[in-house]
Amino acid sequence: MAEAGKAGGLNLAATIKDCLLAGLVALAIFGPTLGLVTIPGPGGLDLVQRWTPVAIAVALVVGGRFLLHVFWWNREPGEGAVAGARAAVTLRLVGLGRYAGPALLAFAVALPFLPFADRYILDLSILVLTYVMLGWGLNIVVGLAGLLDLGYVAFYAVGAYSYALIAQHFGWSFWVCLPLAGLFAAFFGVILGFPVLRLRGDYLAIVTLAFGEIVRVVLLNWYTFTNGPDGISGIPRPSFFGLPFDRLGDVTFHKTFGLEYSSLHRIIFLYFLILILALVTNFVTVRLRRLPVGRAWEALREDEIACRSLGLNTTNTKLTAFAMGAMFAGFAGSFFATRQGFISPESFVFMESALVLAIVVLGGMGSQIGVVIAAVVMIGGFEVFREAEQFRMLIFGLAMVSIMVWRPRGLIAVRTPSVFLKEKKVISADLVQEGHG
Amino acid sequence: MTTDAVTPPLLTVEHLTMRFGGLLAIDDLSFEAADRKITALIGPNGAGKTTVFNCITGFYKPTQGRITLHHGDTGAEFLLERMDDFRITQKAKVARTFQNIRLFGGMTVLENLLVAQHNTLMLASRFTIGGIFGIAGYKHAERESIELAKYWLEKVRLTERADDPASDLPYGGQRRLEIARAMCTMPKLLCLDEPAAGLNPRESQELNELLQYIRDQHRIGVLLIEHDMSVVMGISDHIVVLDYGQKISDGTPEEVRRDPNVIRAYLGVDEEEEIPEIEGAAP
Repeated sequence: MAEAGKAGGLNLAATIKDCLLAGLVALAIFGPTLGLVTIPGPGGLDLVQRWTPVAIAVALVVGGRFLLHVFWWNREPGEGAVAGARAAVTLRLVGLGRYAGPALLAFAVALPFLPFADRYILDLSILVLTYVMLGWGLNIVVGLAGLLDLGYVAFYAVGAYSYALIAQHFGWSFWVCLPLAGLFAAFFGVILGFPVLRLRGDYLAIVTLAFGEIVRVVLLNWYTFTNGPDGISGIPRPSFFGLPFDRLGDVTFHKTFGLEYSSLHRIIFLYFLILILALVTNFVTVRLRRLPVGRAWEALREDEIACRSLGLNTTNTKLTAFAMGAMFAGFAGSFFATRQGFISPESFVFMESALVLAIVVLGGMGSQIGVVIAAVVMIGGFEVFREAEQFRMLIFGLAMVSIMVWRPRGLIAVRTPSVFLKEKKVISADLVQEGHG
Repeated sequence: MTTDAVTPPLLTVEHLTMRFGGLLAIDDLSFEAADRKITALIGPNGAGKTTVFNCITGFYKPTQGRITLHHGDTGAEFLLERMDDFRITQKAKVARTFQNIRLFGGMTVLENLLVAQHNTLMLASRFTIGGIFGIAGYKHAERESIELAKYWLEKVRLTERADDPASDLPYGGQRRLEIARAMCTMPKLLCLDEPAAGLNPRESQELNELLQYIRDQHRIGVLLIEHDMSVVMGISDHIVVLDYGQKISDGTPEEVRRDPNVIRAYLGVDEEEEIPEIEGAAP
């Protein structure tokens, strides 16, 4: 203890006081949550007291805080070193990103043929890829144009219902409905865009949130058109260029290719379908960033007034961002409908919007590879901690908080310039604006 | 061939009035700014100079009055008070800078200059659709706009910093970049809101040279708000003096310097011994 005191001037009394205070806070939190359990008894609910876990939790907090005092906050370099370490981590992640992109792609292509890829893994991967695609779509609106959209799931719903209704009423194939669903969703994006153009920041977020709810409530109540809460079932499954993945029938996928029938074929097909859709999203977004419209989006995020002084039509710029983001959500939505075979308004609640937004923010706004990592962590994390039951959300929240403390601007907190004269230098996110709507 | 009397001036402001609730920011202001000349708009703090700028560039809609821009080469006329702010830059070719610098800080210097050429590039990319498929016309247009950006980078001595984020530049560099960015929109009238604010004497000397170069080589009109008298008196061809939203003087630097109204507006309030002398001279 004397050494620690010498090294950085550790004030023992203050430290102990701080640790005890932290213990008191911990006791207040863990006392009711860990210490008291309700168990159904004969005459209603019985309250059971368990003070051992509380004692352990409080001891951990006090001890942990003391160790932090001694070994972490007591270090010589202080703030500068932390910032330096952050920058170093960022650079390492960027360096990693150069190889991580192709490596992840190769892994994604090979995944269905790897030995451990059973039905569960493939289903989970399809889910992750759906969120990657949604994240990339929302990244255009939030990450590039800096417009905070809390109702993104509305466009996802429009895409899903477009496909389901068109396929049911007209019997058109998935490949015809897919672009239509995208167009409808983009159209809705423009419809949402018009009234919110004048709004900025928090106000924009509230209106987009309301828009998402309006779409869900309409889907829920317009019974004659959408079948209301009963949802739409029997949505046609996709076929491999006209070859269905059925066990029976004359012309099926497995018969044409002379394979043994397996229900996995369709899953693998769906997997590649969403992989291709997601990659198209990525390709188009990366391409758009280097075009004038993409640069205008980013300029809009940086400073809207300067944009207008340079002759940029900010109205159109915002509308294209909304429409583009919505279109990709529409594609993802129609994929969702064909994969599930059944959709109902329950799939399009606000939680989905929040999840996609969390993926974008966690990944680092505007970063494509960051969205992938965040989607894998978030959706995969949900699955890994499924056994933790009611503690799942607790773990999840804790992870989110710690990541935001550690990397406030997301995992990949850098911006890559869209054009360069001599040398491409990455720009630290500290210089990049978040946008004000 | 035409004489000056026949050719309308580049910018004509007539009876401009701007009211914010009960506050009369500009009161019946009329002045002209000639093509290929530097016109300075000066006046004490709060005189309404920036408000005039905001009216000309469409950020405010004036309560009354008319602002006409005349293109000398095509003869086209634009009534600026009726146009949207971005169309004023796009169609009437008026570019501006801001008193508090407004760069795209997270974007590189080069990107800032390319955003300024958005409308040209947007057309070349066939409104993005052609650009996605990589048509040759767009690549050509992008190369040309990078050439234009390089030209202005050289003029404002920022070529070395082209790939650095704009907010990493020193203050003077940011000021110069904002002027370069405005020039990349190919304006007929360049409006500069206190370009010399915060510059050291050497930098403001360079600014003078840059503005004279823009006037003489690019043959456009410059409208300038400035407090730094070494800039104003050194390069202005014409000075308009505002006080409390009204024009109190208008003329060449020599005339304005000797105008008792101007002396009173700038010095009279503080230095009391000056007042009797001016009052005696005024009638």
